[in-house]
Amino acid sequence: MRRITTLIAVSTLAVGAATAQDSNELSIDGAPMVTEVAAPAHMENVDTIYSGWRFRSVETQSLEMDDFDNPAFVFVDKGIDLFDAVDGSEGKACASCHEDVAEFAGLRTKLPKVQDGELVTMEELVNGCRTERMGAEPWKWSGGDMTAMTALIGLQSRGMPIDVAIDGDAAPFWEKGKELYYTRVGQLDMACSNCHEDNYGVMIRADHLSQGQINGFPTYRLKNAKLNSSHGRFKGCMKNIRAEPYKEGGEKFKALELYLASRGNGLSVETPSVRN
Amino acid sequence: MASGVKPRVKVPKSAAAGETIVIKTLISHKMESGQRKDGDGNVIPRSIINRFTADFNGQNVIDVTLEPAISTNPYFQFESTVPEAGEFKFTWYDDDGSVYETAKKISVS
Repeated sequence: MRRITTLIAVSTLAVGAATAQDSNELSIDGAPMVTEVAAPAHMENVDTIYSGWRFRSVETQSLEMDDFDNPAFVFVDKGIDLFDAVDGSEGKACASCHEDVAEFAGLRTKLPKVQDGELVTMEELVNGCRTERMGAEPWKWSGGDMTAMTALIGLQSRGMPIDVAIDGDAAPFWEKGKELYYTRVGQLDMACSNCHEDNYGVMIRADHLSQGQINGFPTYRLKNAKLNSSHGRFKGCMKNIRAEPYKEGGEKFKALELYLASRGNGLSVETPSVRN
Repeated sequence: MASGVKPRVKVPKSAAAGETIVIKTLISHKMESGQRKDGDGNVIPRSIINRFTADFNGQNVIDVTLEPAISTNPYFQFESTVPEAGEFKFTWYDDDGSVYETAKKISVS
């Protein structure tokens, strides 16, 4: 334990010397993306927000700039097949009601949002359709079918600015998410903010810390060669700080998702992004 | 046997005669190496793409032998000169005997 403490002390000292985000500009197949914008008014400690893309190496960045090179599109293609695939007792596919997946353009920018007093995410909308209209089994939150579908639906909003509502009905959920963001947990006793607000741009072991933006989710990660949901990523972060992860799809992660999305208001949707 | 296999290629629609173009190809395939074991300790049989070829108007451009260490969804990027208008034909050979083919036309301006 003493050795770990020493390591942390050393890495904290090294913080000042590391470099921050780069100044590269992202365009995907010719379409420009906003990766840097003034922070939303509610963020007290950050002036400018940056997409996670800006913190990656040039090699990883280039993978996202061309849809053929972006490995996530293997899964988007799977999502297209799933969209047309009939499943469940009603003999319906997504395409039976939703003629064209393009009708979901803009949806990703507004989620999660409050509906009938409940905070709903895209995963819940998809599973709601599956269980109530198709008579099919719900998909697992971070399963391959679900992430393929959320990537396909999110892709329709690519390039549009994130714009989640944080007032009105959403306010209590947002407050809860904000509290979680700043609450220290786990054996390392760290909050989201300790890395992604206080130390973004500096190295965490061999990697640049980003601002923890979720504008590119579900994201293809080189480390596991598949699409990753935002809740799956939250779990990964919590394990890294030796905390007991909350449940995927639970109230805590949903509130945190809303708060994190609101910290990215103004950034382009990059779904499906490529990260390491 | 392998499921979800889908070839993808990216070839420019047109080129100048004699121009060198970049071709990108990717096939979704799980490339099971034959080295792994399942939960009961039985070896999972090898199932990979073992050969990839590209031909232009019947003339071979590239012929690749793939080995088990190549990871999932093998991607190839290579160059080819285009002497005339015609068609690129891409062929992947699976261990199970399946052959996946796709073709792309290119015009010369």
